[in-house]
Amino acid sequence: MSLLQVEKLTKNFGGLAAVSMVDFKLESNELVGLIGPNGAGKTTLFNLLTGVYVPTSGEIVMEIDGKKERLNGVKPYVITKKGLARTFQNIRLFKELTVLDNVLIAMHQNSKAGVLASIFRLPKYYRSEEGMRQEALSLLSIFDLDNKQQELAKNLPYGDQRCLEIVRALATKPKILFLDEPAAGMNPQETADLTKQIRKIQQDFKITVVLIEHDMSLVMDICERIYVLEYGRMIAHGTPGEIKQNPKVIKAYLGGEE
Amino acid sequence: MKQLNKYNAGWLALSVIIYFVVQMLIQADVIDYYYQITLMNICMDIILALGLNLIIGFTGQFSLGHAGFMSIGAYCCAIMMLKMPDLTGFLLGLLLGVIVASLVALIVAIPTLRLKGDYLAIATLGISEIIRIAILNMGDLTNGAAGLSGMPILNNWTLSFFGIMLSLIIIVNYIKSSPGRATIAIREDEIAAESMGINTTKYKTIAFVIGAFTASIAGSLYASSFSMIKPDNFGFMKSVDILIIVVFGGLGSVTGTIIAAISLGILNMLLQPFGQLRMIIYAIALIAIMVFKPGGLLQHKELSMKKLFGRLSKKNTPKKEASK
Amino acid sequence: MDQFLQQVVNGLSLGSIYALLALGYTMVYGIIKLINFAHGEIYMVGAYVGYTAIQNWGLGLIPALFIAMTFCAVLGVLIERVAYRPLRNATRIAALITAIGVSFLLQYVMILFMGPDVRTFPETVPAKIFKFGGVQVNEQQIYIFVISIILMFLLQFIVKKTKMGKAMRAVSVDSDAAKLMGINVDTTISFTFALGSALAGAAGVLVGVYYNSINPLMGAAPGLKAFVAAVFGGIGLIPGAMLGGLSIGVTEIMVSGYASSLIKDAVVYAILILVLLIKPSGLLGKNKKEKV
Ligand SMILES: Nc1ncnc2c1ncn2[C@@H]1O[C@H](COP(=O)(O)OP(=O)(O)O)[C@@H](O)[C@H]1O
Ligand SMILES: [Mg+2]
Repeated sequence: MSLLQVEKLTKNFGGLAAVSMVDFKLESNELVGLIGPNGAGKTTLFNLLTGVYVPTSGEIVMEIDGKKERLNGVKPYVITKKGLARTFQNIRLFKELTVLDNVLIAMHQNSKAGVLASIFRLPKYYRSEEGMRQEALSLLSIFDLDNKQQELAKNLPYGDQRCLEIVRALATKPKILFLDEPAAGMNPQETADLTKQIRKIQQDFKITVVLIEHDMSLVMDICERIYVLEYGRMIAHGTPGEIKQNPKVIKAYLGGEE
Repeated sequence: MKQLNKYNAGWLALSVIIYFVVQMLIQADVIDYYYQITLMNICMDIILALGLNLIIGFTGQFSLGHAGFMSIGAYCCAIMMLKMPDLTGFLLGLLLGVIVASLVALIVAIPTLRLKGDYLAIATLGISEIIRIAILNMGDLTNGAAGLSGMPILNNWTLSFFGIMLSLIIIVNYIKSSPGRATIAIREDEIAAESMGINTTKYKTIAFVIGAFTASIAGSLYASSFSMIKPDNFGFMKSVDILIIVVFGGLGSVTGTIIAAISLGILNMLLQPFGQLRMIIYAIALIAIMVFKPGGLLQHKELSMKKLFGRLSKKNTPKKEASK
Repeated sequence: MDQFLQQVVNGLSLGSIYALLALGYTMVYGIIKLINFAHGEIYMVGAYVGYTAIQNWGLGLIPALFIAMTFCAVLGVLIERVAYRPLRNATRIAALITAIGVSFLLQYVMILFMGPDVRTFPETVPAKIFKFGGVQVNEQQIYIFVISIILMFLLQFIVKKTKMGKAMRAVSVDSDAAKLMGINVDTTISFTFALGSALAGAAGVLVGVYYNSINPLMGAAPGLKAFVAAVFGGIGLIPGAMLGGLSIGVTEIMVSGYASSLIKDAVVYAILILVLLIKPSGLLGKNKKEKV
């Protein structure tokens, strides 16, 4: 089976079906685009997959070491441990903490020093702290953020904050990385640079990346497959070439007239 | 030996100096018996407020029931000391107190820490009231509203100092570690923390238990300071007193907590002679401080050996240790 | 059965006093998200003003009630103006500490002027007892109950039907949006404090009538209890405060009657915690989940 398999996933908010009967599949080591107009349910889908919301119905199954595991209704931190990480559309960094601490926090689940080792400052604590710091700095260097390690996250320029969100998600050692509009608010040049960087991360870390992005040409450029959501329904999926030709997608993007 | 890096050595030296200076002042009777009572009270308040700051300032969980855990420590220690009126009795009581307080905290934390903000505050307030009323109704063991008396007065500067050091080491080392950072992340953004793989319930509970643990230490010191305790000593107003220290010092600042406990303790002592006006002045001061400095004295800021050394030795040493 | 009904009657009269107090808590919380810890002290001041009006000026219960409510309304507005308004954008915990400061201040200023001792509240309502079957209702209880009901209806009317009431509701939903709609937020908040404090003043006088004794620290425990009542019913909600106040009054009297008055507060808190665990926003509250 696939790395992640989603069937008939539905989430209702009161009367509104934000996500409805969605089927969705991810293989390992690929870059997948998720597009759709505002309010289509893309963020909600991410929230369902990462456990922030509990699905109304449907199945989320992940293959871990050859075994199938259901992820619906599982707590977000457990899902993260299983290898799903995400960024937030409306940045949710730990604002009052340093850039370095933001990344170290995300590495906590793999940290070796427990509460007692930390309180009593056992050698294990020092070893683990140093190791984590090195690793965090090397992750930060992907976006040249390592020289800003001691700055408070809230003081970073907007673009850097978005990059830090990505680094922080990477620090959880994910198998699948969900990026929710990582380029929102950036100019076209920055967007293009960031997208290239994302492609590179996907290849270097050999992980699966799911990207929500509004700039169609970019998505078409770098994604191997694309899913299209509209009004909570998955209206199309396929290679960039197929999506471009898909009448439903054209209609969704050009308006209802046709 | 990484344990003895120069920052830790700096802290050690500072503590030893403080200990001996105060000890000498006591011996020279500069700090006389009357001042010593204030000193003991300040020490207990420091311990209590450090623990509460871990819960409120670092974890972002609003607790209004800190005095409840203090009372557990006080009663356990008092009961033990009445059976064994010496230092062994005190230490056994202290041990019993921290165990019982931590267990109670663990049991109540798991359901209640799901609550947020003011709801958590009122639930913790309820828990401490329940603890107080339970103690009131425990028959001969606690002797009801009249409380227990006749415990030996063992508390002194040395004992208080060790109490503070123990609490400081536990709390500061915890904060500056991976579990501690995970805990602080909860304060910053609970949803993001959970999405970064942090079991928020677990770390809230740990912070809560450490808070109860340290409050219990302060309670034991209390029981061995005044030879009598009663449930009313540990009511809502005591929790409020501790909260005031924490907020006044600055949420999330250990240094601020210590400074606030000392200054409020001294203020309290200076106001003693004013009789009825005392509380009025205190109240006005409280309002004025909050209106003009709502972030507390040292919001988030800390006294840091690293910065201190950096300033002393002009050479910019590269940051070698993670311990800030 | 008669005994049970008797407890219910006693519980309802105590509960209506809690409800009056809880209403003030809930309105203030609803509008500026502040746990106004000084609210119990306003109630205490109300009791003393009523005492002075009856004892020293020889007035009857209703004029005394009116004077106490007016005095407390002014006091409430003043407190908000001086102590809370500067902190409106500060952390909520700083505002909370300020409220605690105000409550100390009121307590000890009262001690300064009136002394710390308990005073006997003058008898204004004849201690007549009515019997309905086996249930006894005294005239004080009737007064308390009727006055509370009238005040609560009045409040409902103000909040639901008047322009100021609509402004209050608008500000409590979204104060920025209310401002954009041309509502004077400051005035609205002042008005809320006036209303809540007037109710607390009334509760103070009524409690004097009920227990015949008042003292400067009398506000602390009922204040806390009323806040519990407000949370219990769903804080920010006026019907929630009424429901919460009455339930807590009845619970307290029942526990005292059937078990022991020593544990009544513990039972109240235990029930509160249980309610919160099952329904974190109180009995009538709606659960809100954060949008991510
Ligand atoms: N927590 C929530 N409560 C109610 N409605 C929500 C919630 N989260 C999302 N929605 C609604 O679900 C729909 C899809 O939203 P979203 O997933 O954010 O869309 P997208 O990310 O595609 O722009 C929107 O109509 C939005 O208002
Ligand atoms: Mg979105």
